[in-house]
Amino acid sequence: PVTCRHDDLKEMLDSNKDSLKLEAMKRIVAMIARGKNASDLFPAVVKNVACKNIEVKKLVYVYLVRYAEEQQDLALLSISTFQRGLKDPNQLIRASALRVLSSIRVPIIVPIMMLAIKEAASDMSPYVRKTAAHAIPKLYSLDSDQKDQLIEVIEKLLADKTTLVAGSVVMAFEEVCPERIDLIHKNYRKLCNLLIDVEEWGQVVIINMLTRYARTQFLSPNQNESLLEENPEKAFYGSDEEDSKDDKPDAASLVKRKPYVMDPDHRLLLRNTKPLLQSRNAAVVMAVAQLYFHLAPKAEVGVIAKALVRLLRSHRSVQWVVLQNVATMSIKRRGMFEPYLKSFYIRSTDPTQIKILKLEVLTNLANETNISTILREFQTYIRSMDKDFVAATIQAIGRCATNIGKVRDTCLNGLVQLLSNRDELVVAESVVVIKKLLQMQPSQHSEIIKHMAKLTDNIQVPMARASILWLIGEYCEHVPKIAPDVLRKMSKSFTGEEDIVKLQVINLAAKLYLTNSKQSKLLTQYVLNLAKYDQNYDIRDRARFIRQLIVPTEKSGALNKYAKKLFLAQKPAPILESSFKDRDHFQLGSLSHLLNAKAVGYQELPDWPDEAPDPSVRNVEVPWLPTLRFSLSLSFPDPESVSESESESSSSSSESGSDSGSRGEESGDQSEEEEEEKKKKKKGKEGPRKVCPESAGRYHRHWRGEGAGSATSWELRNTSRDMGGLQPISPCLFLMPLTPSIFRRDQLITSQPQHVPTAFLPPSAQMLSPVFSTMKTYELLHRMAGEGLSVEYYFNRQPFPPDPHMVAVQIQFSNNTESEVKNLRVSEPKLVSGMRIQEFQEIGQSMVGIDTCPQLPGVNWAGSFSLWHVSSSTHSRQFYVSIQPPVGELMAPVFMSENEFKKEQSESAMLRSQPDPESCRRGELR
Amino acid sequence: MIHSLFLINSSGDIFLEKHWKSVVSRSVCDYFFEAQERATEAENVPPVIPTPHHYLLNVYRHKIFFVAVIQTEVPPLFVIEFLHRVVDTFQDYFGVCSEVVIKDNVVVVYEVLEEMLDNGFPLATESNILKELIKPPTILRTVVNTITGSTNVGDQLPTGQLSVVPWRRTGVKYTNNEAYFDVIEEIDAIIDKSGSTITAEIQGVIDACVKLTGMPDLTLSFMNPRLLDDVSFHPCVRFKRWESERILSFIPPDGNFRLLSYHVSAQNLVAIPVYVKQNISFRDSSSLGRFEITVGPKQTMGKTVEGVMVTSQMPKGVLNMSLTPSQGMHTFDPVTKLLSWDVGKINPQKLPNLKGTMSLQAGTSKPDENPTINLQFKIQQLAISGLKVNRLDMYGEKYKPFKGIKYMTKAGKFQVRT
Repeated sequence: PVTCRHDDLKEMLDSNKDSLKLEAMKRIVAMIARGKNASDLFPAVVKNVACKNIEVKKLVYVYLVRYAEEQQDLALLSISTFQRGLKDPNQLIRASALRVLSSIRVPIIVPIMMLAIKEAASDMSPYVRKTAAHAIPKLYSLDSDQKDQLIEVIEKLLADKTTLVAGSVVMAFEEVCPERIDLIHKNYRKLCNLLIDVEEWGQVVIINMLTRYARTQFLSPNQNESLLEENPEKAFYGSDEEDSKDDKPDAASLVKRKPYVMDPDHRLLLRNTKPLLQSRNAAVVMAVAQLYFHLAPKAEVGVIAKALVRLLRSHRSVQWVVLQNVATMSIKRRGMFEPYLKSFYIRSTDPTQIKILKLEVLTNLANETNISTILREFQTYIRSMDKDFVAATIQAIGRCATNIGKVRDTCLNGLVQLLSNRDELVVAESVVVIKKLLQMQPSQHSEIIKHMAKLTDNIQVPMARASILWLIGEYCEHVPKIAPDVLRKMSKSFTGEEDIVKLQVINLAAKLYLTNSKQSKLLTQYVLNLAKYDQNYDIRDRARFIRQLIVPTEKSGALNKYAKKLFLAQKPAPILESSFKDRDHFQLGSLSHLLNAKAVGYQELPDWPDEAPDPSVRNVEVPWLPTLRFSLSLSFPDPESVSESESESSSSSSESGSDSGSRGEESGDQSEEEEEEKKKKKKGKEGPRKVCPESAGRYHRHWRGEGAGSATSWELRNTSRDMGGLQPISPCLFLMPLTPSIFRRDQLITSQPQHVPTAFLPPSAQMLSPVFSTMKTYELLHRMAGEGLSVEYYFNRQPFPPDPHMVAVQIQFSNNTESEVKNLRVSEPKLVSGMRIQEFQEIGQSMVGIDTCPQLPGVNWAGSFSLWHVSSSTHSRQFYVSIQPPVGELMAPVFMSENEFKKEQSESAMLRSQPDPESCRRGELR
Repeated sequence: MIHSLFLINSSGDIFLEKHWKSVVSRSVCDYFFEAQERATEAENVPPVIPTPHHYLLNVYRHKIFFVAVIQTEVPPLFVIEFLHRVVDTFQDYFGVCSEVVIKDNVVVVYEVLEEMLDNGFPLATESNILKELIKPPTILRTVVNTITGSTNVGDQLPTGQLSVVPWRRTGVKYTNNEAYFDVIEEIDAIIDKSGSTITAEIQGVIDACVKLTGMPDLTLSFMNPRLLDDVSFHPCVRFKRWESERILSFIPPDGNFRLLSYHVSAQNLVAIPVYVKQNISFRDSSSLGRFEITVGPKQTMGKTVEGVMVTSQMPKGVLNMSLTPSQGMHTFDPVTKLLSWDVGKINPQKLPNLKGTMSLQAGTSKPDENPTINLQFKIQQLAISGLKVNRLDMYGEKYKPFKGIKYMTKAGKFQVRT
């Protein structure tokens, strides 16, 4: 009947009706889903690969991918269809053709695949490029000889600026060439900046990769504290770094160290990943948490605790993974989770495996201050019905007792009480733990030992019996009367005991023979004789060994006199440790960490380098294609040197115009931002997560409509007029003419709903005057960098009367030095775009002391987000700075009726069919 | 990454398999069955099971094990979170996620799975995008498709895939424009014997059902946003607006989605709306034990506590219970030893009470442990943390939407120790 049914499917597939074909394919796919073999239908199915009906086609694809490997020759028949599909004008069809083509695991088509991938990697559609990235690992697993060529494609795709591609290509990178860390350098900053807009799964992959990258490129932020590592108890509290710096143990070794300054790129990574702790995706949160754990300065790691605790409310399987990671972290950084102690309390409804992990965390978190609360909690757990959990609790109590001396006696007493518990498992576990505890201070506890000796009558669990016997043997001097009696009883039941118990009986006998031979000589002989004929060879061996050792004969005896030393040597007490200790040598959040064993394909997390590799490898020539850049230069020459410095500054700034800007922005500005951030932290409040001006435009805020074409360069040569001695506050205006078309697009941005910060569009708004809360001031030149001169700017968001198309920028200069600064001049280097500044009113002035003079230039950014480089020169000094407006500052509040709006919107939709779709994703929307 | 997926029902049948790379024989699941046997209970099956050549990662939901097979290092949460997303997607598509539904819609399931992963790496997991690629089955559409021969599969790339708002499909149209928000808070608490709170936390979520035409841009503001201690957002929420103004500003996905989850920390005092008075005692000598519990309202802000349900796992030694409730129904299962009492509403004038005796196994001593009592309840029209939505505004579209906000408080993991 099976073949019959297949025949009828074949018939349906051969028919002319799409509906019949579809029905047949649906039934075939259902067979595949159930795991039934449908391979004999291959010839009939493959014929339909070019079917017009899209659903039939898709199902044929599903079938092909499943069986192509088994029927390689026939599968080749379909290849030409896909090759045609690769040229289709519809991007979905191009992408799915590539997807299927690359999923057909037939080695003979490797060259075709390679060609298709290379072509798709330069496709216009980012979706197709993403598919190309996905195809790379597929080809690699089919034929690893293609590695070099594939790396080229990866390199090309890594340079892609769309968020859609980023995650997939990093995935390909991880699978094909994770060792080629050098490919990341140039893309590092871009990846950091794109991160928030990448889809969630890509974020996980990128974050994990960047963690590894950062470990090879930056210095340990905790190197100063690493000296204190020997004292872990203290180390964590290093959240107040000042404290730990005071008690540096070895001043000499510190001298050698350079003061640690975090690489701005390192900071960039930490800053850009932090908001992702708020993600709804547990994998993303975990990825950020492990990044912070492995890369952040100790004082900053704490932020991840709250997010991890949040994940504990998720599904059981998520909890399970998170708790294992928390267990590892809580050993290294206990203080981090202490405030959340109660979140780890156990409910009777938790599954056992969750209970045991929570217990592990609670034990790790125990310290002198919270131990009493924790022990009280443990008392409840001991009465649980879940006996595995009770056993784990008893062990946990044992660990608390060894770690925290102050509660040792309390714990011991509690455990002794458990010895009278009705549940044998509980008693047995307690015995084992008590044994370990007693080893720490046996002399004080002979009462307990006596009590335990009595237990041998009742308790049957072998491990517990063995523990008791060992204890009695080891401390037989404390219980001289009972010990021989126990041996007597045990020798009676010897033959029926488990092996581990037998071994301990022999041990006990030997020890008693050495300390109290009078009472136990015969018993020992008896036991040894029993053991001699035991079935287990270990026990026979042990008996023979011990007999030779303790009973002197003529032949042996060399060791005899040392027997007492051998058996009754001081034995160190066992250390009860967490099984999660040192698991953090595996990257947290990884499968290997979870299994505590290296999984296939695990990439080792490298140690921090001793010397930081050259940070300049990450510098990128800013591609100025979509970005419109402005440069202005300010100069403050001495009155007498005006003419020279003018020419000097203009020449030097013109040559530096294009690349100095990028450098200035990357090195200078970032550290300033950092300082800014620090300032905010000092205030105790975290600064709002701003897309920092520099990152805002460079990578994901391009407005392609403004492409290179409209970017024409404009230049301003200003005649320097000495206005020294004039009043210090005078507005200085830059006016730029605009091409109307550019402005139009500017307007269009405003008209798109997703671009409009809603504050700008209240429903009833007729007005043009903006509503906003606070004015954010941006720093242009820090006073340290500017040798006393600091420059700040802000957007005053007022219409700029001379030209409504311009954005007004208020610039504030302040002179922080004692000396005078004269002749303020802003000079213009060559600019990228073709706009000119029509009018430039220049001021020369002298400033002494703290003196501010707001300047109000209007700048038109023409809808693009621009870097505005300002180079300013004082005497012989010249500063390069850049202004980059946040997106919102470039928008004008506009009132328009709905019809107008709709019209604009439809027009803009047309415009937006070409531009890069990534240009305006979430990041700026928030 | 993810090699294959097997769906296994509670009786151990593999009823669906899907492979994204070379086929992995289903015999790999034997390792899973072994682990399942060892764990005795479904929820104790370890989520990650190593085997000689593969790793099996599984989640258990709706009585189905979703077992993913992987071969190389991958963050386990990545796979687990993805599996949960698969379950959520099925639920979204078919209303429920069960073995029967999956079997009935096996082709759609297969098509959806095909789109969700490419070569084992997630491709499209937003349900709004998936629904454009593969339309969810409805009775009407099935009928239409059989007649006209049209398909469930879209032939254009979903615009969301490339747009600035990948979570929202375009061209949404409704005749009635509505936006509903449910603020649901759950109290997780452990109460000790004497009635004092050991730990209590509030977990809240705002679930939304938004059916609005076009591209609406919504803002939701709270009277007291500072209450929210820890939040996680749907990707549509603009993080910066929240950071700076504590306003939720977003372009919503179409349909049902979870806008926000939040946490009100244990530091703030949590109002506990009910109390339980219990007297459970076993005597050593007799084979009878006494059992009495009373449930009463505490800080309910004048609202009625309803849907009260008491469950308790009794010790093994309890053979049977003979109890009389003052209201509601109660059952005791002598095999699983699970007592449950469906109380219903609490009338403050006449407190619900359950009283009677337990018969214990003769000859054994009294159990060591006292049972813990788990409580479920609901309070309508109240967010116990005091969180209040201030207003909801819509920009970007002209029509007036119908807006609705509902509050509810529920018991989460609410446990009383005895």
